[in-house]
Amino acid sequence: MSTAGINWFKYSSPQAFHPLAGRLIPWFAAAALGLSGVGLYLGFFVAPTDATQGDAYRIIFVHVPAAWMSMFLYVIMAVWAGIGLGLNARPSFMMAQAIAPTGALFTFLALLTGSMWGKPTWGAWWVWDARLTSELILLFQYIGIILLRSSIDDLRRADRASAVLALVGVVNVPIIYFSVRWWNTLHQGASVSITAAPSMAGSMVTAMLVMTLAFWMYSFAVTLARMRCVIVERERQPSWGKQATIPDVVEAR
Amino acid sequence: MFQTVALSGSRGERQLFSDVSVTVKPGTLLAVVGENGSGKTSFLRMLCGLLSPDGGAILWQGKDIRQLKELYIAQLTYVGHLNGIKDELTPVENLTVSACLAGDESSGEIVQQALEAVGLGRSVHRLPTRVLSQGQKRRVALARLWLSTRPLWLLDEPFASLDAAATSYLTQRLQLHLSHGGMVVVATHQEIALPTDSVQHLRLTR
Amino acid sequence: MSQPSMSEALRGVVRRDLLLAMRRRSDVAMSVFFVVIVASLFPLGVGPEQAVLRMIASGVLWVTALLACLLSLGRLFTADYLDGVLEQTLLIPQPLAVLVVGKVFAHWVISGLPVVLLSPLLGLQFGLSGDSLVVLTLSLLLGTPTLSMIGAIGAALTLGLRGSGLLVALLVLPLFIPVLIFGAGAVTNSLAGIGSEANLSLLGACFMLSLAFAPWATAVALRIALE
Repeated sequence: MSTAGINWFKYSSPQAFHPLAGRLIPWFAAAALGLSGVGLYLGFFVAPTDATQGDAYRIIFVHVPAAWMSMFLYVIMAVWAGIGLGLNARPSFMMAQAIAPTGALFTFLALLTGSMWGKPTWGAWWVWDARLTSELILLFQYIGIILLRSSIDDLRRADRASAVLALVGVVNVPIIYFSVRWWNTLHQGASVSITAAPSMAGSMVTAMLVMTLAFWMYSFAVTLARMRCVIVERERQPSWGKQATIPDVVEAR
Repeated sequence: MFQTVALSGSRGERQLFSDVSVTVKPGTLLAVVGENGSGKTSFLRMLCGLLSPDGGAILWQGKDIRQLKELYIAQLTYVGHLNGIKDELTPVENLTVSACLAGDESSGEIVQQALEAVGLGRSVHRLPTRVLSQGQKRRVALARLWLSTRPLWLLDEPFASLDAAATSYLTQRLQLHLSHGGMVVVATHQEIALPTDSVQHLRLTR
Repeated sequence: MSQPSMSEALRGVVRRDLLLAMRRRSDVAMSVFFVVIVASLFPLGVGPEQAVLRMIASGVLWVTALLACLLSLGRLFTADYLDGVLEQTLLIPQPLAVLVVGKVFAHWVISGLPVVLLSPLLGLQFGLSGDSLVVLTLSLLLGTPTLSMIGAIGAALTLGLRGSGLLVALLVLPLFIPVLIFGAGAVTNSLAGIGSEANLSLLGACFMLSLAFAPWATAVALRIALE
């Protein structure tokens, strides 16, 4: 199966993927740093002060992109899980394994920043509004997948069981979003909703998009690095594993 | 007609066997021998479709069992290491349910005759299986072979925990099955007292 | 070359599990007593004031039923897994998803249905009356089989693992949440005088969705666990 140009399929073998990932990581890491710098500058200095919420609202430039990433990464992880189950392809399972912790991290970050937003806005460290509650449940789902994998010793069963859970979870995500919104309107309390965002000035949107892009770059970098670790753990072939021992991988980060 | 083609399998990270090709003709028994840990159980479970091989194929009447799926499974009876019977139910109830789920005859008298044929007297038929000995429980598990009309039998160490009498009953039953054109694959340590022209041996190697 | 029909296989599986439950009648009693005891903990913790209890009734009773379902999931497949009956079930030449529905149904009759039948009494203890009692029972009637079907996925995924009791809870609770929201919401709405048809229809939809999807996912998970 050769294509005019780069033969991508050869990179689906762990031995070839490992050095490729190693070369790509520094670029993604640099892009992540650069874009975060730009994004944070735009968010914290360039974007105008909000009329109702003052400067405290600026945390949404981290909160909203983090929340988006938590959802994107879950779906992508589920896609890799589905491919793994369908094609019985080990690299796909490895990808899903590598993505999960980063997704969980972004979910946690979204919850943390959401809480930081809530305090000055409503005086409470936690509010049970629709988005935060959905994020919390998403975090549970991520943790479930990670814990299930770590509870199973047999690698093949761990791969496939956590893949099934990821797919079941991805079906649950829209249902959760719908039902939690339903629940929130049922018990409508606070009049100011955390999701009723201030009307977006152009610079605010730009800042959010830049931060989202920064988070994407970070995700690529970290996922690739984690993939390399996963590959080394699993393959342990003496022939090429020598070129990629754990200290090397740690250094590459 | 049953055959494996270049079958290879591993368990976790251990390679068990590779490139196993064997054909089992109607009326023959395949004895799978090897030390503990050589993969006999995994091999049998692959033949059942419970375990996926790393490579190779298993063919029934020339077709891959992965294509046949339920059509193939309807052809086999499997007695594994575990007995597959419920402790809280009596031998009669256990066997009736097994036979019913296999689509075999399951009327009361026939079930009792099957239990007797495997050496369990009527006095224990209506006791909860929990009070029977290991050997007796194994006999209950094997009794379904006396009701089975399926051509392919896959048995994992069936003679373990059987005494001499039960061993001879089982051997006779296997002989009868083979004479009707059935096929048997047995994982075993022991020699099976059957005519040598109907027995072939397979030793699993890495 | 004998083969059971799908209904024969289904009936065989259900009948075996119900027969087993009759031999181990404590299983039925356990779910019932659990719900009664846990429901009583709340007034003990919160205070006996009728108004407060009526306010928390829908949530408390629903969470209690949910926890009862969760705790009973260990009994769904584990015994069959340990004595080899499960692998024999996988070798029945009928779709495993159908047999799973049979097992879950039998399991619900043993663990879930008693809770549904008991719920009016518990509702009375929390100051519910009339319409809201009916809605409570109806919501649990629709909801508990759904919870059992969804829970079966978790039970199958964690089959035979150490610490599976806690792990199955962690896996399955996020999946239970929509059913909880709609179920408890139905009772809350009924208490507030707003119609509960919307919530009950959503519960019905959840039931249909889980019936279509969950047994198949459970079957996949069982095959993975038995490899």
